[in-house]
Formats: sequence, C-alpha cells, structure tokens
Amino acid sequence: METPSTIHGAMFDTSELVINMGPQHPSTHGVLRVILRLDGEKVVDAEVVIGYLHRGIEKLSENRNWTQIILLTDRMDYVAAATSNVGYCETVEKLMQIDVPRRAKYIRTVLMELQRIASHCLWVGTHAMDIGAMTVFLYAFRERELILDLFEEFCGARLTYNSMRIGGLPQDIPPGWDKKVLAFCDIMDAKVDEYETLLTHNRIWLERTKGIGVIGGAEAAGLGLCGPALRGSGVARDVRKDEPYAAYDEMDFDVPVGVAGDTYDRYLVRMEEFRQSLRIIRQATEGIPEGPIVGKVPRLIKPAAGETYHAIESPKGELGYFIVSDGKSTNPYRFRVRPPSFCNLQALPRLVRGHLVADVVALIGSIDIVLGEVDR
Amino acid sequence: MIDQFVIPLLKILIVLNATLVGVTYMVLLERKVIAWAQSRLGPMRVGPYGVLQPVADAIKLMLKEDITPTKADRWVFTVAPIISMVPALIVYAVIPFGPVVRLFGRDVSLYITDINVGLLYIVSVASVGVYGIILAGYASNSKFPLLSSLRASAQLISYEVAVTLTLVSVILMSGSLSMVSIVDSQYNARVWFAFVQPVAFVIFFIGGLAETNRAPFDLPEAEQELTGGFHTEYSGMRFALFFLAEYANMIVVSSVATTLFFGGWLRPFPNVAALHFLDVLPSWTWFLLKSFVFLYIFIWVRATLPRYRYDQLMRLGWKVLIPLAIANLVVTGIVKVMLF
Repeated sequence: METPSTIHGAMFDTSELVINMGPQHPSTHGVLRVILRLDGEKVVDAEVVIGYLHRGIEKLSENRNWTQIILLTDRMDYVAAATSNVGYCETVEKLMQIDVPRRAKYIRTVLMELQRIASHCLWVGTHAMDIGAMTVFLYAFRERELILDLFEEFCGARLTYNSMRIGGLPQDIPPGWDKKVLAFCDIMDAKVDEYETLLTHNRIWLERTKGIGVIGGAEAAGLGLCGPALRGSGVARDVRKDEPYAAYDEMDFDVPVGVAGDTYDRYLVRMEEFRQSLRIIRQATEGIPEGPIVGKVPRLIKPAAGETYHAIESPKGELGYFIVSDGKSTNPYRFRVRPPSFCNLQALPRLVRGHLVADVVALIGSIDIVLGEVDR
Repeated sequence: MIDQFVIPLLKILIVLNATLVGVTYMVLLERKVIAWAQSRLGPMRVGPYGVLQPVADAIKLMLKEDITPTKADRWVFTVAPIISMVPALIVYAVIPFGPVVRLFGRDVSLYITDINVGLLYIVSVASVGVYGIILAGYASNSKFPLLSSLRASAQLISYEVAVTLTLVSVILMSGSLSMVSIVDSQYNARVWFAFVQPVAFVIFFIGGLAETNRAPFDLPEAEQELTGGFHTEYSGMRFALFFLAEYANMIVVSSVATTLFFGGWLRPFPNVAALHFLDVLPSWTWFLLKSFVFLYIFIWVRATLPRYRYDQLMRLGWKVLIPLAIANLVVTGIVKVMLF
C-alpha cells in the first residue's frame, strides 16, 4: 500500500486518510477487510483484502473420497449449504452420467428454494441493519428460523446440512413435511410484504439506496458479476432458466431484472426473488412424484478419467464446480469452485469509488457476500 | 434559612437523583420497547421482567477495567466524558416540573430556580455538550472516532440553528424567556403552543432527534459504519458517562418540548372547569406523562427508520429545516404585530 497522496487545489493542501475497515468491523459480514482511502468522507479508492477464512477446501478435497467432499461444500456458503451440496452432487452425477430419479430432483428443488429464501432473509436483515433499520433484521430472522426448523426435520441439522448424496438424497422426506412447507409458504407471503412496508417506499431507504453503486449491464457482466447483482443491472441471466438443472425445467417462474443497476434495484430484484421462490416451492411441493430417491449408483464411486464443469444458481449467483478425475483413485484429481461471492466481491472497489463511507457498508450488503465462500 | 438553603438543596438532590435513576431506566425502557417492536422479550433475567437490569449494568460498568489508549491525549480523554455528562444534568435547574404548591405549610416551587433567561440558559448549556464529543474523538487519537466527532460537530451546529429559531417563535408567543412564564402564558392563551406553532414544534422535534444523536440521525455513533463512533476507545465508567449523557439529553429535549409546546405541568384544557376532576393527578405527573410520550416516540422512531447519510442530513438541516424555521418566525412576527 503506497503512502497517502496529497490533494492539491483546495485552499490548503489536504492529504488522504487511509482507514482500515475490518476484518473486525460490524458490517463487513464476517472477516472482510477493506482498506479505504478517504478524502474527507468520500472514498477515493478501496482495496479488498481477503483470505482470513481460508481453509483450503479445494486442496482438502483432493484427499477426500467423493462422498466426503459433500460435507466440505457445506462449509463454503454456510448460509446456503443445501445449494452448495446440490451443485457438487450434480457435477459428480454429470461426470459419472448417473440418472437422478424425478422424486429426488423435486425434493432437491424444494430444498434449494427454501435455502434461497433463508439466504435472502439473512441478506435483507443484514443489509437493512447496515443502513440502520434494525427491526427488519429481527423480522427476517424470525422467518429464517421457520426454514431452519424445516431443514432440521428433514436432515437433523440446522446450518451445515450435508443433505445430499451423489445420485439422490440420503433419506426421504418425513411424513407430513410437504404440508408444513406449504403452510410456511402461506406465512412467508405475508412476511415479504411486511419487509417491503418497512423499506420499499421508506424515503430514507430510497435516499440511501437509489443511485448508489450504479453499474451498467455490460460492465457488470464484464466484471463477472452474477446472480441478483447482475440481474439488478438488467441482464436476465439465471442459470435456472438458461441451463436448467434439478427440476427447474418443469417449473413456471419469472426472472426479475432491474433497470438502473443501483443498490435499490438489486434490493428490488431480491425481494421479487422471494416471491418467485415461493412460487417454485408451491409447484414443486405439490408435484413431488412417487418413486425412489436414489438412482443407480455404483458402490465405489470412481468416475472415469475426464473433467466437467457444472453451474447452478445459488442465492448469491452462479456457483460452478470444475472437477477433474484421473479415473484411478477414489478422490478427485483437481477440484475447483467458482464462488459467486468471490466474483461479485471484485466489483466492490469499482462500486464504492466516489461514494461516501456510509455507502460502503450499503454496497457490501448489496452484493451479498459470504466470506466462507469467498475464501473457501 | 430553610427557604434559602435547605429547600433548594433538597430539590437539587431530588432532581439529580430522579434524573439519574430516570436515565438508567430509560435504557431499560428503550431495550424493552425495541424488543416489543421486534417481537422479542428484551431483558428478562435480572429481576422480574428484567426490572433490575439497570442495576446490573451499573455494577458491571463500574467494575470494568478503564482503559486509556497509550497514544491518547490522557487529560482530554478523561475530561471529555465529564464535559458531555455535566451539561445534560445542569439543564434540569430551570425545568419546571410544576407550579408553586403548598407542602408542609410552606410554599414550595416544583422547580429548582426560575431565571428570566431560562430558555437561553438551556440552549447555551446544552450546546456545551458537543465539546465532550469533539474532544473525545480528538483525544482518542484514532481514525474512526475522529471521523465521528467531525460528523457530530457539524450535525449539532447545523441543527442547533434550526432549533433555536423555533424557540424564538415560541418566545414571540409568550413574550418571555422564563420557562415558568412560558407555561403561564399558555394557560392565559387557553391553548398549548403546539397547536398555534405546529411547524415550530415539528422542526423542534426533528432537531431534537438530531441534537441528541438519535436515530435516524445517529450518524456520530453509527455502529455499522464507524464501529462505535466517538466512544470506540472508551470503556468502563467513562463509556457509561457518554451513554448516560445521551439518555439525559433525550429527557431534556422531551421536557423542553413538553414545557414549550404542550403546556408543561398543565392538565389538558386547564381553563375548562368541567374537566376539574382531572386535577386528581398532581401537576408534576402531567408533566412526566407528557415527557414520557415524547421519550416513547424517540424509541419508536429508532426501531422503525433507517439512518440518514451524512450529506443528506446536512441537506435536510440547511435546505429544509432552517428556511422553514425562518419563514415560520417571520410569519409569527407578522401575525403577532398585525393581530394583537
């Protein structure tokens, strides 16, 4: 880091102030560190420092067998563990050309969309809290709790689920679980409106989010932004629609996009995603077909030599797995993740430049990162 | 002898203690009300329904290690919280909790003193409090507190202009700066000033939120941006002083709003004889009830609204509130001269 430069031209020459935001800072969502160079309260430049939560998951995976890796994927995006699980399992299924039964696909879809709502609940709560509206946080966590209860009933865990297996599911859904999911959808419908009454038309909220961190569609795509952060800029890219996986090709849902590409549009996109997810959950839960929950999987999982890339739409964006198998051992030769949070985070310096310190926290919230996934 | 020394000293003792107890219970009230707004219970462990929480907090804060950062300006660092706390307390000297009443065969006034520049005294003493914040940010020798104290000073100075201008309109109505005369003139005018000066009241309340650093204007201590604001480096009792000063200031703003705009200790419709039964409640309870309503709104606002950004806050102050306050003052003056 070079020394702060002097700003000439004012009545007195002033020098920039370098402040260190994080890794222990209440709004950097974990252990993100941002080095800000300020002129007064205006951000001249920002440098993102990551790696405080690096656990070497990619390297560890090369020494685990294929089933053990599912457990490691839980620890990446720990607020959306089920989605990471499905992404990994589908990649291996693609590599081994295993057919997953339709029942498993439907249940996976329900779980992933529940997970998306849980993740968005966490996002709307913390994002609003960063901007000073603390009540939304408690409301959103109240509903997230209901989803965690559903997951607990399904697999026994509340955060790191380990809830998928290669070729299907570890167990069937408990009796009556689908009724509870539908009941939850009815509750959640009203709650999303409740969050919106507190924020969407609130004048302070509008002033704090409109025109903050504007990024055009082409530039956003160029920077590798994905998920709601990209759709907020008007690019209708959604892996669920473009390259359907699980049971998404049989679901009827819309992909909301923004117009302005600012923090407010990214907020609106995610709020609409709550409703679309509920729509998908209703269709999938009502349509769960009868049948087995695991496909034909060999006892020893040992894919033939080859490589594959498979991406899914995690709550944060495009979550991709690239796996190389040498066909000789019972563990991957190379395991690489394309984490959406990591790719979205690299847009942060571009977004915060020229805004105020208060906007930095709004923008960190707006791109919705999870440091476990950034650092892996 | 008794009238000159014993009674004033007793009054000071009572007001000071009542204020400090009130301030600590404000903290509990705030936690409880916000908890209810957020569908939780709030403190429940210490005593029934957590009523002893302030006691536990006080003991904890006094036993905490009192840290002074090595690079801090030691003397200023120690003085800053005191400068912040003391003005918040001595303002109560001129706040009238009630009129002169007969107690134990003596005429006792329910205020410590009534000086003829009472309002001016409140404004000037209250503005000393900001020095505590500025000095704390400066003396900490740390970047986040410095940014926060710069914000605080800019914010307090701008909103003080708007608030003082609204006070001038009230003075025009009452013709006096004495707090007791202001209440009396509301009795004589047969109306609370909030109904003849609604604009002034709204500006005063918004300005009051900003001057006490309360949400949505709590930028100086914006936890999510500046970690803790000007008291980031403070701990133990010195931190507690800042904390208590904020709540004491809230009570001051509520009391002043009650006195200036809502008839102080007067019961509703004091001139209507038919409502005489309302006098079962003594005058000071009316005062406390009205102040409590304001305190409740303070907390309610905090639970609901997001925070303004620094530039938006300045814009609201200078481009909206101050011009509005000046216009209100001019209109009040013209109406006063033309009609009365």
